[in-house]
Amino acid sequence: MKAKFLVPLLLFFGLAGFLAFGLTLNPREVPSPLIDKPAPNFRLARLDQPEQTFTLEDMRGQVWLLNVWASWCVACRQEHPLLVRMAEQKLVPVVGLAYKEVRGDGAISTRGMSLEAETAMAVERGRRWLADHGNPYVVSVMDIDGRVGIDFGVYGVPETFLIDREGRIRYKHIGPITPESLQTQIMPKVEELRRAG
Amino acid sequence: MIPELGHFALILALVLSLVQAVVPLVGAHRNSSALMAVGRPAAQGQFFFILFSYVCLTWAFIQSDFSVQLAATNSHSATPLMYKITGVWGNHEGSLLLWAMSLSLWTVAVTVFSRHLPDAFLARVLGVLGLVSAGFISFTLVTSNPFDRLLPAVAEGRDLNPLLQDPGMIIHPPLLYMGYVGFSVAFAFAIAALLSGRLDAAWARWSRPWTTIAWVFLTAGIAVGSGWAYYELGWGGWWFWDPVENASFMPWLLGTALMHSLAVTEKRGAFRSWTVLLAIGAFSLSLLGTFLVRSGVITSVHAFATDPKRGLYILALLVIVIGFSLLLYAMRANKLMGGGSFGLVSRETSLLANNVLLTVASASVLLGTLYPLFLDALGLGKISVGPPYFEAVFVPLMTPVVVLMMFGPFLRWKDDDLLAEVRRVAPAFVASVAIGVGGAWAVDHLTWRTALGLSLAAWVVLASLQLLARRLGERAGASAGSRLRSITASWWGMWLAHFGIGIFIIGVTMVGSLDRHLDVKMKEGQHAELAGYTFVFRGAVDADGPNYDAARGNIELLRDGRSLDMLTPEKRVYLAQGMPMTEASLDIGLFRDVYVSLGEQLEDGAWIVSLYYKPFISWIWAGCVLMGLGGVFAAADRRYRRLAARDAAAAVDGRAGAAA
Amino acid sequence: MPVDPKRSRSILSSLRRTLGVGALAVLMASPLHAATADAGPATVPAGIATASDPGVAPAVAADPRLEADMMELSHKLRCLVCQNQSIAESNAPLAVDLRNQVREQLAAGKDKDDVIDYLVERYGDFVLYEPPFNAATGLLWVGPFALLLAGAGWLAWRLRRRRREIAADGALSAADRERARALLAGGGDAASNPASPESRK
Repeated sequence: MKAKFLVPLLLFFGLAGFLAFGLTLNPREVPSPLIDKPAPNFRLARLDQPEQTFTLEDMRGQVWLLNVWASWCVACRQEHPLLVRMAEQKLVPVVGLAYKEVRGDGAISTRGMSLEAETAMAVERGRRWLADHGNPYVVSVMDIDGRVGIDFGVYGVPETFLIDREGRIRYKHIGPITPESLQTQIMPKVEELRRAG
Repeated sequence: MIPELGHFALILALVLSLVQAVVPLVGAHRNSSALMAVGRPAAQGQFFFILFSYVCLTWAFIQSDFSVQLAATNSHSATPLMYKITGVWGNHEGSLLLWAMSLSLWTVAVTVFSRHLPDAFLARVLGVLGLVSAGFISFTLVTSNPFDRLLPAVAEGRDLNPLLQDPGMIIHPPLLYMGYVGFSVAFAFAIAALLSGRLDAAWARWSRPWTTIAWVFLTAGIAVGSGWAYYELGWGGWWFWDPVENASFMPWLLGTALMHSLAVTEKRGAFRSWTVLLAIGAFSLSLLGTFLVRSGVITSVHAFATDPKRGLYILALLVIVIGFSLLLYAMRANKLMGGGSFGLVSRETSLLANNVLLTVASASVLLGTLYPLFLDALGLGKISVGPPYFEAVFVPLMTPVVVLMMFGPFLRWKDDDLLAEVRRVAPAFVASVAIGVGGAWAVDHLTWRTALGLSLAAWVVLASLQLLARRLGERAGASAGSRLRSITASWWGMWLAHFGIGIFIIGVTMVGSLDRHLDVKMKEGQHAELAGYTFVFRGAVDADGPNYDAARGNIELLRDGRSLDMLTPEKRVYLAQGMPMTEASLDIGLFRDVYVSLGEQLEDGAWIVSLYYKPFISWIWAGCVLMGLGGVFAAADRRYRRLAARDAAAAVDGRAGAAA
Repeated sequence: MPVDPKRSRSILSSLRRTLGVGALAVLMASPLHAATADAGPATVPAGIATASDPGVAPAVAADPRLEADMMELSHKLRCLVCQNQSIAESNAPLAVDLRNQVREQLAAGKDKDDVIDYLVERYGDFVLYEPPFNAATGLLWVGPFALLLAGAGWLAWRLRRRRREIAADGALSAADRERARALLAGGGDAASNPASPESRK
């Protein structure tokens, strides 16, 4: 047996190794390029008081979570009780971003609807949902057209961003938060950021 | 009850496949003709039981037996019968059974059509095929049992994905699988040859028709899939470089190289090591494709719902089958050196060069397809590799292939005079470049890509005509009829397939350069103009089907005031999944398609209508048809049957000689 | 394959003349020309010029040129929520939003690179179907051409080595040559002799 004839076999084993490793990866989870970058600034109307707005500045000096949610989002229902428990235990302040509350809902057609009407509908639906399921948010803001979502690179709901005292994004969690991910990923990072600051 | 029978038949098929794998191989090793003889009935029995099992599964779909999980998730009582039947392969489990069934069908074909093969050789071929079959049937049974029950049964099924409820679904998967899986025969022949150490020209001749037929199936399968995507997706794209498309394209490229390499090995005894490697490679890429579609390592529009356990199982299968083959190759390859001698300028060299290019092209597609996975595995971030990359890389790689492909047939085997041949084809070459640039200028699209595409197409056409003229001129003095008859079927096959590539390139280039698109809002009576055609909206009507609601637009197509066609695009909503679908309507022509799809209805009653003008797009598939026909001609060459008979006689003589 | 050079040349030269003229004529002839003629009005759809005419269906896009640019760019951008589609092909809500973003930014006079940068800043290189050339993707871009060079090098090496072997072939005995010739003629004899005599090593 000559060494050169083994080349195809070795190449194949290398490939198989990668494929095996590939089985452990999730190709649909896209890491955010915004990690360790300043969070995109925004000014959005609050769900509880639509005449008032909220900006990143309002949270400066705190380590906090920005949780992207919507009443039409099924997976949000799954993580919501955990968020409520976190709020009860005062683990970390969570700001809600109600993402495309009306136009994101496939069951509703917004064609011909004015922005005011859509906003009013979003307020009504969002408040009702929080009343039904509990409100874990220090404040919720309305991203009616999903523009702020795009700035944050949101591509699905729910997503959660961890933001530090200086307003930088330090971590992004894609999909519903689970007790495990809270304990092993999010809270250790929160603690670390608190110590650092 | 019937699903259980199907399940049981599949288990029996597994047992028979193991018998088919082990007994003949042992028999060939011990030179026991009794053991070797087991292969044939075992293979045929295996096919019978898989077929039975498949029919049982189809029965559950036809009967809307929603106590069978698979039928409940992929069928619906209102689904048309045709899509109940084809729905069987519109999912992971059922399509895997189809995979196993086509492998078994190929194996039976080998037992029927290879009576002339020496017993030991046939026994090894069947043994290898049996091993692969056992791997896939056990994979089906262990991880993806199509007969799993859903108890209690649901009242109504979730229906087949509406995208798959299309005539394309009826023929595309079976053709594609027959192609994919067909390379297993060439693979089994190569492994049998390696095992027996008999790697002469006879081996190449035996596997040539099998390889060619598998290639024809794969070509047809890919072409049908592409045509299906073209009219089904509603915007007229025909190739997307999606990982799953690539998974069928890579074996096609390597299979093409294999066919040509086999020709050299058969005729000249050369490239044997390379041919064996290509046979292993083509089938390995088929297996790899199966892994990619079913493991979830890569996201694709076509991917089945995935489960890491399945991925691990196929990967293990891959490692065993491919790893063993390549190890065997490494052990035996040094016996494969040598062969007929040939000069630096010869048919052999040109074929070898083109095979290298095709292999590089195939490897590049593999690199592009798996690169995101490599980066992710190494923690270097996530990227996407899509059409712009593949187009940028593929055009420069395939250009020399096309140039050389038409030059090679002018060269003689063994040795030729480069200068003389170059001088001979130079006029055609220069004319092609002139036509390409001139053509691009004439259609007012003078980009390098259009000019290159048209030049290559012109080169293929001109060189083909010149080649034909030369071939006809070979027998001086003979009548035209006898000259035509003197050309073998396999030569016509070669000629047609190469010519088909020229036609294909014209289609790709023209539609890529000159297609037109316009979205309009149409109310009844309104018209729009695109590319010299007038579209008049004649209103929309309800056109509900058995399992969907639909609106159908009536759009009259006119040219110069003359009515050509009434186009009837539909917008459907499939009830079971609430999924909207567009059914485009096409006016297909020799030089252009006009393609219309219906969008949403607006508040004011107008409909959004997308109008497309696709010049020469049919030529893409016409080219594929010619390639496939070429393959059919080549495989049908009488020479194989004649020589096969001679091989058989020689083998009998050889055995008699050994016994003496 | 025996060829009578004189004969084929005479056929060819006449063929060539006919072909050259004929092919050009075909190319210039009706179908393509029709396409060219068609291309004219298509670039500026009639619907725009006479939008006031109630019989003409208005274009969906206010500005078809902008729409075409937007779609061209969108075809190169990957929809993040879809399995594997560009944002031009997908009707997922996010794809629609991103198309709107692209349209808006192009309309505001940004060039394509700016729009791409904007999306990459938010979603990463993942959104690009055409990966940028950098350290991580170097192999991806260079790989195919490196393979091509390697293949060409291997081919040249093989052929050179073969040539040397052929030169050494002169040392073969007449009997060897006879046997080889028989083998090459059809391989039928080889079939009777599994330990193929063709191998030289």
